[in-house]
Amino acid sequence: MKVSLFITCLSDAIYPRVGEAMVRLLAAHGVQLDFPPVQTCCGQPSYNSGYWEETRTAAKTILKAFESSDFVVSPSGSCTYMVHHYPELFKDDPYWLKLAHELEAKTYEFTQFLVQVLGITDVGAHFPYKVTYHPSCHGSRLLGVKEEPIALLSQVRGLELVPLPFAEDCCGFGGTFAVKMSDISGAMVEEKVDHIKETEAQVLVGLDMACLMNIAGNLRHRGEQVRVMHLAELLYEGVGVS
Amino acid sequence: MNPAQSTQGTVKERAGVALNNDFLRNAVKFTTERLRSGKQAASAEHGNWEEWRERGRQIRLHTIAHLDYYLNLFVDNARKNGVHVHFAPDTAAATDIVMTIARNKQAESVVKSKSMVSEELHINRALELAGIETIESDLGEYIIQLAGEGPSHIVIPAIHKNRYQIAELLSEDAGEELPPDTTILAGYVRRKLREKFLGADIGMTGCNFAIAETGSMVLFENEGNARMVTTLPKTQITLMGMERIIPSWEDLEVMATLLPRSATGQRLTMYMSGITGPKRTADGDGPEEMHIIIVDNGRSEQLGDSEFQELLNCIRCGACLNVCPVYRHIGGHSYGGTYSGPIGAVLTPALNRNVAEWDDIANASSLCGACSEACPVKIPLHDMLVYLRRRKVERGHGNRWEALGMKGFAVLMANSKRLNLALKMGRIAQKPVVHNKGITLKIGPLKGWNTYRVTSPIADHSFRENWQELSEDTRRTARPMNAETWDRMEQILRQRRASGIQGGHHE
Repeated sequence: MKVSLFITCLSDAIYPRVGEAMVRLLAAHGVQLDFPPVQTCCGQPSYNSGYWEETRTAAKTILKAFESSDFVVSPSGSCTYMVHHYPELFKDDPYWLKLAHELEAKTYEFTQFLVQVLGITDVGAHFPYKVTYHPSCHGSRLLGVKEEPIALLSQVRGLELVPLPFAEDCCGFGGTFAVKMSDISGAMVEEKVDHIKETEAQVLVGLDMACLMNIAGNLRHRGEQVRVMHLAELLYEGVGVS
Repeated sequence: MNPAQSTQGTVKERAGVALNNDFLRNAVKFTTERLRSGKQAASAEHGNWEEWRERGRQIRLHTIAHLDYYLNLFVDNARKNGVHVHFAPDTAAATDIVMTIARNKQAESVVKSKSMVSEELHINRALELAGIETIESDLGEYIIQLAGEGPSHIVIPAIHKNRYQIAELLSEDAGEELPPDTTILAGYVRRKLREKFLGADIGMTGCNFAIAETGSMVLFENEGNARMVTTLPKTQITLMGMERIIPSWEDLEVMATLLPRSATGQRLTMYMSGITGPKRTADGDGPEEMHIIIVDNGRSEQLGDSEFQELLNCIRCGACLNVCPVYRHIGGHSYGGTYSGPIGAVLTPALNRNVAEWDDIANASSLCGACSEACPVKIPLHDMLVYLRRRKVERGHGNRWEALGMKGFAVLMANSKRLNLALKMGRIAQKPVVHNKGITLKIGPLKGWNTYRVTSPIADHSFRENWQELSEDTRRTARPMNAETWDRMEQILRQRRASGIQGGHHE
């Protein structure tokens, strides 16, 4: 059984600790992750900007990287969902279309993999903090990952989960949107952080480092002390404590 | 004209004006929050909402797929009812028809109920240029008419104004100081409009739904003004988008379930009028002459376009505006067209034969998908925004620097060795600007981003650089998988293969 890690470029370059937490956490449940080093980026920046030819180039490296995997697991709902666009990108190319359908079927976001595939909701973690959860748009709305993270969080000993007001509102990242429409994006992230502050949570947890990078960047800009973590990090740290 | 409403400049510039207008932002937030929580409650209370949405979508898909048939059926039946039916391919033609009717009737005044198509055609301007008094009778429309603005929301045209601003406008209109009390303000408008209804030569309406099987037009409203518009004046003109058709009254039940709940969270709209032809001999009231102008104005361009045809399914409820986190901050006028919010960002370019796509309106979205999720007929608006961006690029209207950047992106992403090298170079390049594990530099693409954030730098060691060590370490400490988990995974693989998906290590 070959279970491969689709690290995503952001976790690879900026947040390697998220990948490490996933690897160690899954190893504790008997899943030895494989890491195909030829993988690059899912191609979402170019896809969303309308550059589909460039996207096909990125997509092909991903399709090749995971061709022989039985399961692919990724720390991002957004990058996982991007794979669901691959069949549309290669609809006129039978060779790549076949690989695209396969990858779509075998790729899971981290919590999907834990809950749906492994059947685990309790990893035995202890994390005695007040935590609020931001459901990223692509993961929750497009990929449909809504219950899995809550199921995992509710099993963590000592953790107090406080609801985030307007949780389902976008944090304002949107990839190149944050650069092209920086003031609109800025207004959105400021409001998201206002809501996080209202919860008085010590920790903000999520499933997508892009959104979390955006929110963490604004928290730090405003001098706020809220700790920002990927759920994999939180669970791994919680297992280490217990 | 309000600067925030100008179609000049870019979306970014117009949004910049709105973002600095706290009155506007607070007013829009206040009302959209009320509307979207109302919608959530009303749809949850109704139950089986997803099935109702799917039903609505199927009705719209079916109608649009057979639009020629249903349009003919509608027109035949409406004519049998004594309605004068006209076709207008574009704004100029629609305006001509309206002006001809007005001239024939020697009309001096027109009273209107809310109609987005009439806004699209800027029909008020044409009538007023001809010296015909044109009065909006929907309260919100009346307010923006006084302000000399267009609607900033499909359903709530004056959503961007608070009651103090409204009191100011109405006081000027009344020639006396009116307090910012909504009951008093509405009372003033009611009295004023009463006279206008009685004196108008022509009543002009839009059309929420046109029922093909009987040739009837249906109006949804909350103020009763559309009833007045369609009963008091001797002549009625209805402007109708060519896609407003539904086959039957039975289908209207589904639309009447979806529309008010999605728009305002109401279980029922206050007034729902079905009008089948002009006044008959035994009728107590109603217009003596009735015209329906079926307007194309770019709609037929979407027919047969697999990526955009579903736009014609829209029932103009405004639910996508109320959940949109971008609309929430910039309001409707920033979109620069008659239609605003996510639907406007797609519809405006589409109705302009995708000419306006060269504008950057499609970029004013984070692609969060809240619009598609809220849509009662499930139009994939966030996908359409990406299609618009792609068409712009494919037709050579992309930004030159962005195009170059994307080429560079593809070169890096084609090969992980190049990506690694770029990361290493980036790590060296960022050294002078990283302070206390953060980048605050505000130049180039980081200028706007870092106005609101501190950026995390590239890590000292990337994940792939750590992999060898991490992998050996976990191999030593890993626990064996329990049999139950193994069986679950095997089962998933079997199911996947049974569904026709091949590939993977096991092949």
